[in-house]
Amino acid sequence: MSLSKQDVEKIAHLARLQITGEQIPGFAAQLSSILTFVEQMNGAETTGVEAMAHPFDTPTRMREDIVTEINEREAMQSIAPAVEAGLYLVPKVIE
Amino acid sequence: MSKFHTMTVARIAAGLRRREFSSVEVTRSFLDRIASLDGRLNSFITVTPELALAAAKAADARIGGGEAVTALTGVPYAHKDIFCTKGVRTSCGSRMLENFIAPYDATVTRHFRDAGMVMLGKTNMDEFAMGSSNETSYFGPVHNPWDLQRVPGGSSGGSAAAVAARISPFATGTDTGGSIRQPAALCGITGIKPTYGAVSRFGMIAFASSLDQGGPMAVTAEDAALVLNVMAGNDPRDSTSVEREKEDYARLLDAPLRGLRVGMPKEYFGSDGLDPRVGAAVHAAAAELVSLGASLVEVSLPNSELSIPAYYVVAPAECSSNLSRFDGVRYGYRCKEPRDLMDLFCRSRGEGFGAEVKRRIMIGTYALSAGYYDAYYLQALKVRRLIRNDFDAAFNQCDVILGPTSPTTAFRIGEKTDDPVTMYLSDIYTIAVNLAGLPGMSIPCGFADGLPVGLQIIGRHFDEARMLNVAHQYQQATDWHTRLPAPFA
Repeated sequence: MSLSKQDVEKIAHLARLQITGEQIPGFAAQLSSILTFVEQMNGAETTGVEAMAHPFDTPTRMREDIVTEINEREAMQSIAPAVEAGLYLVPKVIE
Repeated sequence: MSKFHTMTVARIAAGLRRREFSSVEVTRSFLDRIASLDGRLNSFITVTPELALAAAKAADARIGGGEAVTALTGVPYAHKDIFCTKGVRTSCGSRMLENFIAPYDATVTRHFRDAGMVMLGKTNMDEFAMGSSNETSYFGPVHNPWDLQRVPGGSSGGSAAAVAARISPFATGTDTGGSIRQPAALCGITGIKPTYGAVSRFGMIAFASSLDQGGPMAVTAEDAALVLNVMAGNDPRDSTSVEREKEDYARLLDAPLRGLRVGMPKEYFGSDGLDPRVGAAVHAAAAELVSLGASLVEVSLPNSELSIPAYYVVAPAECSSNLSRFDGVRYGYRCKEPRDLMDLFCRSRGEGFGAEVKRRIMIGTYALSAGYYDAYYLQALKVRRLIRNDFDAAFNQCDVILGPTSPTTAFRIGEKTDDPVTMYLSDIYTIAVNLAGLPGMSIPCGFADGLPVGLQIIGRHFDEARMLNVAHQYQQATDWHTRLPAPFA
């Protein structure tokens, strides 16, 4: 798989990663070589093989639906880049 | 009494309990070694001398009072900077978390705290644990104590170097594709990646959640067992933590190896990438196990070579999802003067993450995107099943599997940084173990041109005690694990 400059820009946008114009050719070459490498697995015969998403085929553990956490908003927000009145601040989204 | 650095964790713990020496003395001695020696290694990102001495005083009081003393109360350790520590920076080797101070402890951190153990500081690592050489760290590369021009391996490279140089009695690591075992091999120490689900992942910053597992890195298998006793256990805060009875991982250490069937996968010894000197050291170790009563069986893991391709879909896919949390809003790095919300996201992530993390996020994003999901992600999950089936079949014929940990000894800093795929190949023998959720460990089994060679032992699910038994018996008969790099003796 060979990725074009546009492919890389599109993937970077989907991933919300700013990459500069001069970095794009390097990423295109490296990502293409990684994808070509992983395509080795396309040769494996996997018809009828069940996908394995997790090391153990056990169902997710359930717990009682009760409140176990306490409100730690202040502690959690103390490490945020910008907060005001208990709210996280971001640039204005509505003009 | 300044020779603490030549003592094992077991020896230090015994001395503390007998009050032969105090935790403050031991802690001060390791802090002094860090201060004088770590400049050459860069194995720590953060050293916490005041907190360490306070914890050591508390441990001495606890031992003096004779109450609630645990097996390792007062023993110092170095913590990989991926485990959250309340009040102490947790950087994960990234600019993104350069100033991040977690508001809570990881479960593993809490276990050590509860046991009265003494954290010396947080160790360097590849950024977000993505790397095999510790060169992707925002805080600079770590140098291998056996040859400062070479890498310590990764991603737990700081932990491995710190233990190898004996500037910490043991350290923690995490292993997603080999990140405990490969640096343990390259630095000549003992490291174990437990079965997936044995050690809580709560507060251990996520890379690939179906693969990540924390574990100890130490000088001896006995030490690793003692530390694993503290680290492991069911945790309601981690839904993938396995509900099992608490076990004593040291219980089989002294069992004889008579009757043990050791599987030798033929695929592990035929590949071009294997340094013949590494292959020879592993064969010599197998012969040693035979002399201790074990028998060798040839086994086959036919899909081994597909493990790296499958891993480099599964792990990036999970990482692209996990690392979406770093958005410049709630914690971590935020870019200066964002124009709008999109600019805030893209620049915070673009400036906060390094190149390898970006590559993996983009590979994962691509593999999961519309039109490519079946060809990449679904196929990788099916290959993952084939790999696990291979191990199931092999374990019908043997009790443990033996092989090299890494195809080569430590490579030079800068040697593989330009070619990601070449770097990925250094995990050829370790990655399949994570995909299958199995426990694996690495122990020193020789040297090639002054650089350590690692022997990998792979066990059945939850068979850590057996693996540690094999490693301990081997270490009783050999002295590779006792060697110290001359400048750090």
